Amino acid sequence: MSERGTGAALRAAPALLFERVTCTFAARGKSAGDGRYTAVRDASLAVAPGEFVSVVGPTGCGKSTLLNVAAGLLQPSSGAIRVFGEPLSGINTRAGYMFQSDALIPWRSALANVTAGLEFHGESREAAAPRAHEWLARVGLAGFHDRYPHQLSGGMRKRVALAQMLILDPPILLMDEPFSALDVQTRQLMENELLELWQANRKSVLFITHDLEEAISLSDRVIVLSAGPGTREIGDYAIDLPRPRDVAEIRMTPRFIELYQAIWTTMKAEVQKGYAQSKRS
Amino acid sequence: MRRASAADRGRIALYHALLLGLVFAFWYAMTTPGIVSPETAKNSAFFFGKPVEVLKVVWAWFSGGKIYPHLAITLVETLLAFVAGSVLGLAAGLWLALWPLAATLADPYIKAANAMPRVILAPIFAVWFGLGITSKVALGITLVFFVVFFNVYQGVKEVSPVVLANARMLGASRRALLRQIYLPSATSWVFSSLHTSVGMAFVGAVVGEYLGSAKGVGYLILQAEGVFDINTVFAGILVLTGCALLLDYVVTKAEARLLVWRPKQAETEAL
Repeated sequence: MSERGTGAALRAAPALLFERVTCTFAARGKSAGDGRYTAVRDASLAVAPGEFVSVVGPTGCGKSTLLNVAAGLLQPSSGAIRVFGEPLSGINTRAGYMFQSDALIPWRSALANVTAGLEFHGESREAAAPRAHEWLARVGLAGFHDRYPHQLSGGMRKRVALAQMLILDPPILLMDEPFSALDVQTRQLMENELLELWQANRKSVLFITHDLEEAISLSDRVIVLSAGPGTREIGDYAIDLPRPRDVAEIRMTPRFIELYQAIWTTMKAEVQKGYAQSKRS
Repeated sequence: MRRASAADRGRIALYHALLLGLVFAFWYAMTTPGIVSPETAKNSAFFFGKPVEVLKVVWAWFSGGKIYPHLAITLVETLLAFVAGSVLGLAAGLWLALWPLAATLADPYIKAANAMPRVILAPIFAVWFGLGITSKVALGITLVFFVVFFNVYQGVKEVSPVVLANARMLGASRRALLRQIYLPSATSWVFSSLHTSVGMAFVGAVVGEYLGSAKGVGYLILQAEGVFDINTVFAGILVLTGCALLLDYVVTKAEARLLVWRPKQAETEAL
């Protein structure tokens, strides 16, 4: 069951390739001996073109660090990132990033937030508006174009963020627990919407979550990380559930439960370790 | 917070008017012989003026048109000081916030300049720029500048790192970041300090006039004070207060328009 899912997918250059990435931070305040904190150690993983990969792991295990490295927002201390075979330097222009917390520009209306990316790429807001309207409609927000972020609910803000990212049509999507702040119902709606959009236009997705159910129901592959510090990969599971999926219904199928149990067995020890560490510090 | 209903607001306005009436009545009573002893009335009229006389002066100013050129001068000075001080404060705030080396270098001097009682610069400005409006505007600028500067500096420092990272991921260049993220964020802080900075500009104009000028409401007050015409002094104060209230009202209106995107505490419009 824990067969390595990478083999076949690696024939083409992977959309994202982490090569022994290590991220060490200068520790703030009280910390272990050498005054440094290694969030991620020797992490190597690949995301094939069009593949939906989720990364799960206990809290504080450096999941977001990995994503920031992939985005080019953070330089790894050692190791390298390759994007479609090319080494990454600076911001990853072929990736869209969906943040965990609110990242919409507060003084721009929903529409202007969606057009922002196109404006940054040299288009005028007027020229970009029709497509932005289309995208707002696609994420179910037609008619909300003149609302400011604070006038939208959490779920709606996430939809705007989704449209804001997808209008640029990036081949890679980096998602950092994008739905963790939402209630369960809204969350499942958003997950289904994401799957639908992804199904229509297959992009490589690196999806970070701490929710194993979410990871399994969305992904082609689930990667389990060890507890920090010095996070590394401890499991890599291919998810062979049929698509298209409904994230709520698929959770009831026997295969889902089987996968869940298998991955949870690997994860459990790490979760406890992570919890013990967070209690100590 | 609950919004006051129309009836509530009407009643509150009535109470406000009553309170004002009460103050004037007390003032009138204390300065009228017959209600208090002639001696007391004379004394308090000397120190506080007589309300009826004060209102008469105000009325004469406005009906005779004598006040308009002075008022215009004061308002022009206020406006110029506000605009120039804001622009300078915005530029300096942005510059220092985005260039840490400059900020480190300038830090002690900015602190010193801010700590200095800048009103004392008025005589120097009078020497440098003469008794015209320039010296008043200069004084106003020194007052407005720091209000705006500190707000902008803080505003830029507090731009959400997530919003910044997001803009970068969406392809914003350094220039675009400055124009689309830092500048709007800083501007919003300028607007939120609008009340203070407009007030400061007004103070700069009036104090400047008071310390040496040939025109303006501050000048009228100075002249009247020179001949112990206390009624005119109070009339000037009354006019200035009215002006300040009017400016404040305009600012409140402008703020509501310019900061629509800001969440207000009273209005949570979740959907």
